[in-house]
Amino acid sequence: MSYETLSDAVVKGDINTAKEATQRAVAAGDNIQDILDQGLIAAMDVVGGQFSKGLMFVPQMLRSAKTMQECVELLKPHFKEGEVTTKGKVVLGTVKGDLHDIGKNLVRMMLEGAGFSVIDLQVDVAPEAFVAKVNEEKAEIMGMSALLSTTMPAMSQTIKALVDSGIRDRVKVMIGGAPVTANYAEEIGADAYAPDAGSAVIEAKKMLGID
Amino acid sequence: MLIVGEKINTSMKKIAQAVEEGDSAFIAGVAQQQVAAGADFVDVNAGTFVEKEVDYLPWLVETVQSTIDIPLCLDSPNSEALAKALQCHKGEPMVNSISLEEERFHSLLPVITSHACKVVALCMAQTGMPTTADDRVSVASELIERLTSAGIALEAIYVDPLVQPVAVDVGMGSAILQAISRIMKRFPGVNTICGLSNVSYGLPARRLVNRNFLTLAIAHGLSAAILDPTDKRLMGNLLAAQMLLGQDEYCSNFIEAYQSGSIEDD
Repeated sequence: MSYETLSDAVVKGDINTAKEATQRAVAAGDNIQDILDQGLIAAMDVVGGQFSKGLMFVPQMLRSAKTMQECVELLKPHFKEGEVTTKGKVVLGTVKGDLHDIGKNLVRMMLEGAGFSVIDLQVDVAPEAFVAKVNEEKAEIMGMSALLSTTMPAMSQTIKALVDSGIRDRVKVMIGGAPVTANYAEEIGADAYAPDAGSAVIEAKKMLGID
Repeated sequence: MLIVGEKINTSMKKIAQAVEEGDSAFIAGVAQQQVAAGADFVDVNAGTFVEKEVDYLPWLVETVQSTIDIPLCLDSPNSEALAKALQCHKGEPMVNSISLEEERFHSLLPVITSHACKVVALCMAQTGMPTTADDRVSVASELIERLTSAGIALEAIYVDPLVQPVAVDVGMGSAILQAISRIMKRFPGVNTICGLSNVSYGLPARRLVNRNFLTLAIAHGLSAAILDPTDKRLMGNLLAAQMLLGQDEYCSNFIEAYQSGSIEDD
């Protein structure tokens, strides 16, 4: 079964066509994981790539993500225990003192679109709160966002908190936000820097050794 | 319309380099260009140098004011950097900005009440960013009440409605514009101010979007803007909008700007 119609519709953000294609695939008895991987997630990979290259824009990305979500809703009743796998768990939030969440929300959406399971701690997240959640969820990745140069130091403090609690080597750390650079990521000992939401997916996969 | 020139910001590479190297001629040049293009205030921001901001901000003040007689917009949330910058500033500066975030409010209030200055009041609440016009008006009202009861004149307050991208919420443009108009009506004498570039985040043709947003914001009562006054198309839009709204007697600002070459037809 080819999922070209479905993935094209997700890339275009054509909700009706995408939902119809999803329903047809489910009715035909297709494997749910295949519909998810080859139809929906494959489409969001295209969207992320186009976005990173400046060929697609934020509203188009939002529309594609919304389309995917509607299709996932149709698949959910057919999920069987243990049948649908995620690519990994990501704990996400903006750092302490920073309330700017637009970038973080785009990253969450794209990570979910790529098949990651995301635990969103929202905004103004204290280092201890990041550490506790990473520990509790046994997350593979922790993502931090800061939009202000004044809140960037909290990224370094959060990494230090991971080190102090002895779990730094159990989680990969990815950072991003307008004032953040690859140099800064290296300086504070983060594992990856993502300049945009599309890159966040690519970096997350790279860190976990997925394709 | 009060114009704040935005170009002296260390998030721009050339400015950062000039600040690090102490290249006062370069900084003074950027200030002069902006003033020649119509800036009433020159913004100075050294926020990217987190620790050194305390030294760099006052250095910027002295550097600009030693070559040109213009008040500055001191752009920082850091009370220590602001206090030092205010001390060496000549005339009445603008401080950008205080917000309802508790820590920021309490650390900045003593600084802005101990000097005569204009204050930008950013519509950022303690718990998060406003989305609707109602959110913005309510944060603005609380800020205005707290600032005026601390002795700051209403006319010295410049409310920034917090411009957010229309790309992530198509209702955002209208929420900001409605907020500007409601704040100006509810508090006669208060000012509103904003930057333009956030509105177009995530979209193509951003300068086109920014220019149109400025026109609409002026039509909704915006009384000050933080922008690049050396951008001729942007300034053309600004002057044309004011003229079309009847705020330019005998169209003289518009015509003079055209004749001096600071704006041009497309």
